[in-house]
Amino acid sequence: MKGKRFEKFMKGIFILSSLVSIVSIVLICVFIFKGGIPFIKEYGLKNFLFGREWKPSNSPPIYGILPMILGSFYVTIGAVLVGVPIGVMTATYMSYFSGKRIYSILKPSINLMAGIPSIVYGFFFLTVVVPIVRDVFGGTGMNFITASILLGVMILPTIIGISESALKAVPKEYYEGSIALGASHESSIIKVVIPAAKSGIMASIILGVGRAIGETMALILVAGNQARMPKGITKGFRSLTTNIVMDMSYASGTHREALIATAVVLFIFILIINGIFSIVKRRSLR
Amino acid sequence: MNKFINIAIKLAALLTFSIFFFIVSYIFIKGVPNLSFKLFSLEYTSENVSLLPSIINTVLIIVLTLLVATPIGVFTSFYLVEYANRRSKLVSLIRITTQTLAAIPSIVYGLFGMLFFVIDLGFKYSLLAGTLTLSIMILPIIINTTEEALLSVANNLREASFALGAGKVRTIFKVIFPICINSILAGVILSIGRIVGETAALIFTLGTVPKIVTGLFSSGRTLALHMYLLSTEAVHVEQSYATGVVLLIVIFMINSLSTYISKRFGRLGR
Repeated sequence: MKGKRFEKFMKGIFILSSLVSIVSIVLICVFIFKGGIPFIKEYGLKNFLFGREWKPSNSPPIYGILPMILGSFYVTIGAVLVGVPIGVMTATYMSYFSGKRIYSILKPSINLMAGIPSIVYGFFFLTVVVPIVRDVFGGTGMNFITASILLGVMILPTIIGISESALKAVPKEYYEGSIALGASHESSIIKVVIPAAKSGIMASIILGVGRAIGETMALILVAGNQARMPKGITKGFRSLTTNIVMDMSYASGTHREALIATAVVLFIFILIINGIFSIVKRRSLR
Repeated sequence: MNKFINIAIKLAALLTFSIFFFIVSYIFIKGVPNLSFKLFSLEYTSENVSLLPSIINTVLIIVLTLLVATPIGVFTSFYLVEYANRRSKLVSLIRITTQTLAAIPSIVYGLFGMLFFVIDLGFKYSLLAGTLTLSIMILPIIINTTEEALLSVANNLREASFALGAGKVRTIFKVIFPICINSILAGVILSIGRIVGETAALIFTLGTVPKIVTGLFSSGRTLALHMYLLSTEAVHVEQSYATGVVLLIVIFMINSLSTYISKRFGRLGR
């Protein structure tokens, strides 16, 4: 009898624990939305999302986050342009070209790359890449180019890891069949294996996009952080994430609410990306 | 054409490895000469931006966060794998929430922690607020790795245990858990890596005071935050490199430990 009660008690604890993640997500939604939505309502969704100026110290203050939305958008495209080709090709190399010995060096390196703190990436880019970009393109060197390369490098491990397992999951028969039909190693991989792993590779890209949009502290160091409409790839910019950190330390009143509202927009973007990711992933499992 | 593809793919792999190698060796070459005993003194002053207080804070926040998150995460997986009907609504809800939690950017965690723990619950910038924020953040990592480990345990082990008259809880703790402990540990170590590298979720919850925390309600800064603050100041470049070296060494140790443990598990599993 005592044993049965103990069983029930522990089961209760397990159920309670599993509710924690649900409660957490509800709390996160409630507090972020509660902090941001009233401001958006008062200021006007259109003015907020499509306002071309962010001037919190003007009177009356102007809170338009279009510059930051575009900043995040463009830098993410840049990161994809840098990270996806290199990442997918590296994953292809790892699954179909590398010998065991090279693989045993490459794989742990990629794992370590994923573990390097974002601040270390940011600092490295600030001290090494920013001066190079400054010399080549002029200006401060803190711009879309530097930031795109930074984020492209930072999403490499995500893209490589997931693409690699997608490529490895393609049945051997596909490759062998293609070889048997007389195709070369390379064209079998490009025309047969990669198309078969398409949804897995897509999933890796979407996850990479999510990481790029969410990255904050490394980006702050190399983006220049000017809150104005993007003026070209050699000019500084501000993203949604860096907008929050840049201003939060001194913001108060509506300014602070505007920053929380920025987080609401960021949060919704991430939820959309996450939704697309689940759909693609489900398709790749099929 | 084939040749071109072949070369492009090899170049890409070489490039990835070179980027990794260059970043790591650059930080080491620049940082190691700047690692002095002075940097490991107990007091932080504006002349001597000592790392030691931040290192101690980092260790404290790792321990506390794991104490909070590991049992919750592991118990969640126990429920998901050992009790719940895999098709039930609750299970799919938990699955969606953990996936969403994993996708939320750390700055959103930081803001949430600030709004909820720091302001609403009145914890102020404190070790407690930082710990609780990070606990939610690493929960998905622990749940996912534990769940995978539990699912890999052969069902006949459970049946054998039940047949011998053991209850469910006893089976979980005496049969299944010991088999999984290594891969659960590997997941826990991975989440340590996440905590060590975290900055955005901590800057508005733990705060940035460069002193050893004196209690749950005292503010501090972790090593990664320390490096961020040094690099925004731009006067302590040498010390930033040194901090980078320490961070990299910690991450390398964590990674090799996690690989070693999961490899050992692989042998045991067979």
